[in-house]
Amino acid sequence: MTAVLETKGLGRRYGATWGLRDCSLIVAEGSITGLVGPNGAGKSTLLRLAAGLSRPSEGTVSAFGQPIDPNGTEHLGRIGYLDQHRPIYGSFRVRDMLTLGRKLNPEWDDSLPPQLLAEVGIPLNVRVHTLSIGQQAQVSLAVCLAKRPDLLLLDEPAESLDPLARQQLFEALLGTVAERGTTVFLSSHIVSELEPVCDNLIILAGSSVRLSQSTEDIVATHKLIIVGPGIPSIPGVEVISTKSSGRQTHLLVRGVLPDLGPDCQVLQPDLEEVVLGYLTQVGQESARSVSSLAHETEIGARS
Amino acid sequence: MRFRLDRRSGLPPYRQLVGQVRHALRLGVLCPGDQLPTVREVVRQITINPNTVHRAYRELEQQGLIEGRPGSGTFVKRSLSAVPEEQPMLRRRLGEWIDAARQVGLGDEAIEALVADALHTSEEEEP
Repeated sequence: MTAVLETKGLGRRYGATWGLRDCSLIVAEGSITGLVGPNGAGKSTLLRLAAGLSRPSEGTVSAFGQPIDPNGTEHLGRIGYLDQHRPIYGSFRVRDMLTLGRKLNPEWDDSLPPQLLAEVGIPLNVRVHTLSIGQQAQVSLAVCLAKRPDLLLLDEPAESLDPLARQQLFEALLGTVAERGTTVFLSSHIVSELEPVCDNLIILAGSSVRLSQSTEDIVATHKLIIVGPGIPSIPGVEVISTKSSGRQTHLLVRGVLPDLGPDCQVLQPDLEEVVLGYLTQVGQESARSVSSLAHETEIGARS
Repeated sequence: MRFRLDRRSGLPPYRQLVGQVRHALRLGVLCPGDQLPTVREVVRQITINPNTVHRAYRELEQQGLIEGRPGSGTFVKRSLSAVPEEQPMLRRRLGEWIDAARQVGLGDEAIEALVADALHTSEEEEP
């Protein structure tokens, strides 16, 4: 497996707070890798660092085996980056937007955008601001794909689109990368949508990587256990999250389960349940640290 | 051949594709010489990762069921319906059996359970 994108201990600080911390990950060549996490988890920060639009506060980020230099130009031709705000000019006609792309990119594929846009019925002679959000997303993706990048970074490409527009966007994306073998790294918080699309999934929460695994293995290595009240200790597995409702406890665990006997019900969680489990884990940890803090304060007051 | 993805099944997408091709081969929907849709066509049909389609086709190729011909596409090599000419007859007899089961008051669930049980038993009896 060749890494197209690799980060080691990558971190980015904004003033006193860390937008991303201790992030080490690999995006394999030719893969489609999804980046999921709640708002503020550092997804956009990570993608901007990968695109060379932001400078790391610590650690390294490299693409195609070379460190990314935010002042350099070598990586620009090979990396395509689509910002979540879809930076296309509203007053431009679609055709002019494509002309701009052609003038700015040496490897421009002139035939691709008209073909992609015709498939979803977007005329070239209208102004961008008159298009729907879904159509604007199609135009910005077409520009990004026509530059023929080897690595495509997409920040929430389907954000705020209706289901049909989302599907059309993914069709255009996957149809094009199917022919070229482009490596794609895309962020989203709609997990169900990523499952058939991504080879690998990276869960980012609380500014760091919680899990990085193939989509298939994520589902295969996690189990949902329903038991009576109280949390049993199960040898050989890692408990990811727990949810109690008085009489029942739901445990999301990772690893190979021993025989638990008839008192436990073992279920196969879907991808979304696993991801939510990891995000809950972060919530529980911060809740724990708050309660231990409260405990310490209490002790301090007594003494 | 049209594929379909069941996102709630818990089965990895590539296995679903393999299963659907095998199913079509068994029912005679796909016959030797038939062309399978191209990877790009499947991707656009069901919005799936192209690598997943490649993987499914690779697996079917390893099973000796399909073959890729460079430049022209992927074709069915071998069928899975063992006795295609007897299939309509078997289907008709199954229909009669289901009618009989309904007449004695069995619901769909009971019928399915009965079929599953019978299949299971005959599997165990096989050497």
